[in-house]
Amino acid sequence: MERNLTCIICPRGCSLTVTVDGENTKVSGHGCPKGEKYGIDECVNPVRTVTSIIRVDNREDTMVSVKTADPIPKGMIFELMEIIRATKVSAPVYIGDVIIENVFGTSVIATKDIK
Amino acid sequence: MLEHDIVIIGGGPAGMAAAVAAFDRGVNDVVILDRDDDIGGILRQCIHNGFGLHKLGRELTGPEYAAVYKKMVEERGIKVYYETMVTDLTSDRVVTASNRDGILKIKAKAVILAMGCRERSRGALNISGKRPAGVYSAGTAQKLMNCEGYAVGKRAVILGSGDIGLIMARRMSLEGAKVEAVCELMPYSGGLTRNIVQCLEDFGIPLYLSTTVCEIHGDRRLEGVTIAQVDENRRVIEETKRYIPCDTLLLSVGLIPENELTRAAGIPIDPITNGAQVDENRETKVKGIFACGNVLQVHDLVDYVSDEAEIAGTAAARLVLEGKGKTEEIKTGAGNGVRYVLPQCISNRDGDVALFMRVTEPFGKVRFTVRSGDEVLATAVRLKAAPGEMEKITVKADKLALVKDTVTVSLEEI
Repeated sequence: MERNLTCIICPRGCSLTVTVDGENTKVSGHGCPKGEKYGIDECVNPVRTVTSIIRVDNREDTMVSVKTADPIPKGMIFELMEIIRATKVSAPVYIGDVIIENVFGTSVIATKDIK
Repeated sequence: MLEHDIVIIGGGPAGMAAAVAAFDRGVNDVVILDRDDDIGGILRQCIHNGFGLHKLGRELTGPEYAAVYKKMVEERGIKVYYETMVTDLTSDRVVTASNRDGILKIKAKAVILAMGCRERSRGALNISGKRPAGVYSAGTAQKLMNCEGYAVGKRAVILGSGDIGLIMARRMSLEGAKVEAVCELMPYSGGLTRNIVQCLEDFGIPLYLSTTVCEIHGDRRLEGVTIAQVDENRRVIEETKRYIPCDTLLLSVGLIPENELTRAAGIPIDPITNGAQVDENRETKVKGIFACGNVLQVHDLVDYVSDEAEIAGTAAARLVLEGKGKTEEIKTGAGNGVRYVLPQCISNRDGDVALFMRVTEPFGKVRFTVRSGDEVLATAVRLKAAPGEMEKITVKADKLALVKDTVTVSLEEI
């Protein structure tokens, strides 16, 4: 099987061709080793970093932005969004604070300071 | 009248990086004026990741990138005037601003313009229809969703495939809205390829090229839009019109550098970039006034905004400390396939000069050539080039020494 992908590791956007033949995966068209890894992962186990917001319940009209500390499997994005939507936090919150622990092998952390 | 060595107008990524660079070059009396109650600018609402890979070597979200620079500003004790709106700027560097304390006037030895952009709005597009609720510029919707927590709609059409439109397509999908389509007037997308992949393809959102929104339906709330394909002259093809029901229309149709103050100070503007004409130090045609970031040219990546702001901040500090001025003016210009070149002129030849440019349309493999008369100053080969991705070519100082005439950049497909 051959797939044509656009690398999304950096804004350069290299055009990759990934050939998957059973156990063997071969990438061409990449500009760096990260791109080669992306090409393989994207065909074997695609992952994404998810970013969203969580309401701060003790501040008016205030949301804290959050992200997954590591990328999660692409198929889990909407399940994670359900969990994020059901979560509330209280200020103060600081960048890097863990908001949701142990979720799809990683955690959801704050990306903004709310003092 | 207050006096400061360097006054920076705008505390977004450009203003913060310029302030830090000027301080580190030895000017302690640097101040930032910002109209908001916090610095960070638009980064504060850009909660997605992808910032900082080039500049900081790690992938951050917008608020995190802003926080890195805010910390640097605070560590240096750089004064920030919050909730302060600059209303006037003169060519002899008197800044007039307004805040809770009243009107303040500041005389500066150097001014750095870092006001950024605002969005083109519906009024600029002449789309027929009433004015129902539900029509937003993409950035406004982004702020409502990401900072204030409002869901802007349930079923959306997005006009414009620039990066903000693409990012919002994903954002709305994640929050449970159905994004029916992204329509792009041009035959190619203006956004970064990575955003087309991770914002549209990941969520199965169709991108219709050479397509526009030609009618807005609904009275109190938006009920739907009529979209249609356009011909090569960007005129609507009647028989392709079709109706899409939706309660939200997001407009991501371009950014306009906010140059009212620049014009007030009598600074000449480049009609292509809509920003000031500057030299390699990002100094405008008015001595002591510099410009950087999106108010100068619309950037794709904040990393490059920070780089540009450092050039301006360092040069402003050098001017304040050493009074180093311009020695000459060599013009730069765009040739075949190139829409603009920035800086628009070169004033000193004591170092390498990086030229930034955008191409006129998408190309495959190209060779850029920087020339002055018959002299080739630099060449660069790219596997592909697109208007959505800014190019950078550096001319070495020893080559600049050979320049007698205008420096032009052109490209040829190879």
